[in-house]
Amino acid sequence: MKETNISRRSVLKGTAALGLAGTAPMFFVRNASAAGYLNDPGSASSVTLGFNVPQTGAYADEGADELRAYELAVSHLNGEGDGGMMNTMKPLSLKGNGILGKKVEYVTGDTQTKSDAARASAKRMIEKDGAVMITGGSSSGVAIAVQGLCQEAGVIFMAGLTHSNDTTGKDKRRNGFRHFFNGYMSGAALGPVLEKAYGTERNAYHLTADYTWGWTQEASIKASTENIGWNTSNTVKTPVGAGDFSQYITPVLNSGADTLILNHYGKDMINSLTQAVQFGLRDKNVNGKDFVIIVPLYSRLMAQGAGEAVKGIFGSTNWHWSLADEGSKAFVKSFGEAYGFPPSQAAHTCYVQALLYADACERAGTFMPCEVVNALEGHKFDGMGNGPTEYRAEDHQCFKDVLVVKGKDNPSSQFDVLEVVEVTPRAQVEYAPDNEFFAGGDLGPCNNGAA
Amino acid sequence: MLSKKIANSELAIMLIFSAVVLTMPIWLAPIGAGYPDLLQKFAIFGLFAIGYNILFGMTGYLSFGHAAFLGVGSYAAVWSFKLLTMNVLPAVLFGVLFSGAFAFLIGYVSLRRSGIYFSILTLAFAQMSYNLAYSVLTPITNGETGLQLTNKDPRIIDSLLSSEPVIGLPSTVLFGIKMSGYSGFYFCAVVLILGFFIALRISRSPFGLVLKGIKSNQTRMKFTGFNTRPYMITAFVISGMYAGLAGSLMAVTDPLAGAERMQWTASGEVVLMTILGGVGTLIGPVLGAGLIKYFENIFSAFNDRALHELFAFLPDGVENLFVTIVSPFVGEGWHLTLGVLFMIIIVFLPGGIIQGIERINNRFFKKSSSAKSDSNES
Repeated sequence: MKETNISRRSVLKGTAALGLAGTAPMFFVRNASAAGYLNDPGSASSVTLGFNVPQTGAYADEGADELRAYELAVSHLNGEGDGGMMNTMKPLSLKGNGILGKKVEYVTGDTQTKSDAARASAKRMIEKDGAVMITGGSSSGVAIAVQGLCQEAGVIFMAGLTHSNDTTGKDKRRNGFRHFFNGYMSGAALGPVLEKAYGTERNAYHLTADYTWGWTQEASIKASTENIGWNTSNTVKTPVGAGDFSQYITPVLNSGADTLILNHYGKDMINSLTQAVQFGLRDKNVNGKDFVIIVPLYSRLMAQGAGEAVKGIFGSTNWHWSLADEGSKAFVKSFGEAYGFPPSQAAHTCYVQALLYADACERAGTFMPCEVVNALEGHKFDGMGNGPTEYRAEDHQCFKDVLVVKGKDNPSSQFDVLEVVEVTPRAQVEYAPDNEFFAGGDLGPCNNGAA
Repeated sequence: MLSKKIANSELAIMLIFSAVVLTMPIWLAPIGAGYPDLLQKFAIFGLFAIGYNILFGMTGYLSFGHAAFLGVGSYAAVWSFKLLTMNVLPAVLFGVLFSGAFAFLIGYVSLRRSGIYFSILTLAFAQMSYNLAYSVLTPITNGETGLQLTNKDPRIIDSLLSSEPVIGLPSTVLFGIKMSGYSGFYFCAVVLILGFFIALRISRSPFGLVLKGIKSNQTRMKFTGFNTRPYMITAFVISGMYAGLAGSLMAVTDPLAGAERMQWTASGEVVLMTILGGVGTLIGPVLGAGLIKYFENIFSAFNDRALHELFAFLPDGVENLFVTIVSPFVGEGWHLTLGVLFMIIIVFLPGGIIQGIERINNRFFKKSSSAKSDSNES
């Protein structure tokens, strides 16, 4: 006992000595917040943005592409490269000299697709790196958790890829904004197309990722398909990142269902779809109808990952690189030149979000969150790849056209795996802010984060 | 005479420990860790590891399910914020009580076995709790999304005490002091110091002696007429309560509870922390916890750009080479670095960081150690 005492003491003393030696007068001058809002860059020559994306886990592919898009956006904001969508964005206040004349710097973090890790990472960016805005996320659970954190801390959150109704529904926050579309819009866009393709008498079986996004998408798609006369035979929740879905797919074979709806995303969707095809679901014939699979939220990255399996499968997407408008072309061109392949929808929404934030700061003349909120609420813009778009003030959701896509039968390249079947106009996917799928939330007041 | 000496050294240990913990914002700043969130994590996971060490370090029972208690503590605390009040004291109290009760249930069953069977049982229970929290008990835990505060929560006590409506989400408070940022850290730090003191007292009490006896030879203890089971259960519950305390502190500094806190990886993490720091030592687990959290938060944030800045003093070609070599080990590859470090420590220093410090101490300060033992640097 005594021996260990002495060594423990010396250990402690050593640690203490080290600590005192490292003493710096930094402690008492930490970010004095006289400025009126959190992390005010003041007279500094640069401003820091925080890019919080999944670098590990089921959504890592999306996260990597998001980060590429952010880096591209930063270089365009700082006037490097060909400017991308800054040439097509209307209206545009950005001058290519950073934001409000300050050079844009950024810090990155790994959300690990976990709420805790994502919040820790976002907190580091806010508390240590002095980020004025956090953006990213490729999971709605994470996006909602980080959005809540940013509201509490008093910085702006520009949501990346998050498709749950709740992000701008029951969990909406004044400091949070979403450009991406949502589950309800997917359902509204897919309904008529599915009716045309598969008729009105179908028996659908849902496999659903077990978290906020899966739940709300399942509810939205279920409502929309039942609206066209389909029956829902069963809905089964699967854990995120399960890897092996065979135990969930086998029961589908004997359920009497003739349609499988996969409310999965990322690597989960790649695995479940590939396995469903391997199990021969698509070769089956049930009740005199060919068995079909539907993936309501599609992405080019996933379609690429699933390979042959996606051929002929319907889904919806926020944006696709093959769109021919000026904004999309400019973005695809500069992304392709920088990285050698076309961007995904995740990259697109993140790039647009970064530009929209920068533009809002420029218009507001400050980085103060409440002023930026004012500048973004009700903001109408065009030239960003989705046609005329509006940030609705009531729920901070962007309203724009939605794409219904299908896996291409004869892809011309490894990136050319989806074809756009229909561009569903905004009016068809629009809903009232108090729609039953979005009710129960409250934006609350904006938060500048000043002490 | 002897007892006085021990008391003295205990006082000294506590004073030094408190000083080191409370000055963390100063001495961690130069290495980029002096910001509230990470400091809070240091304190919280230090506490978690101290509690874990009471079980693993003292009795040698390797539990693989301690994250379950952490999670229970978090959920209890967040529910206290939702239903009762934003004051943190009831939250911490409920966190500790619930996790203690939960630990009793699991311990009662698991402790019927020892060794690997005990480990597997705790692992199974923890995985069960995780799956329950993840999907079955969704009304209580809100599943993967995690339990969060909303404006519609009743907060009975708060609404009784004041009738003015709160604008936006309320924050956690200790009688008016906001429990975020540095004040949150100091609250956690004080709890850590108290927890450390209790652990110190336990390890030097007759009870602690019994636990150590169980570790060295449980059969012999039983032959001498000792019923070890109540002691084991008590140790298990105490260590579960520490985990619950840590969990409730996580909710105090950030009012959100997610199921992934209960995942087996989280249980494994505290085992790593304890082994990395030094099993059975009091301060080792705290060091291990600090090291792992530092890696997770600071190393994972290094990206290529930061590396280029770091090596900017080198000529271009060499700079790129260095960046290429180093980049797999930072950023998303931080696990790799941690793994390598863990291997090195296990192979060369089975006693953890503490053993390393002892060795350095012995090599350089051995001769003067007896003379120096009373000197104080502050």
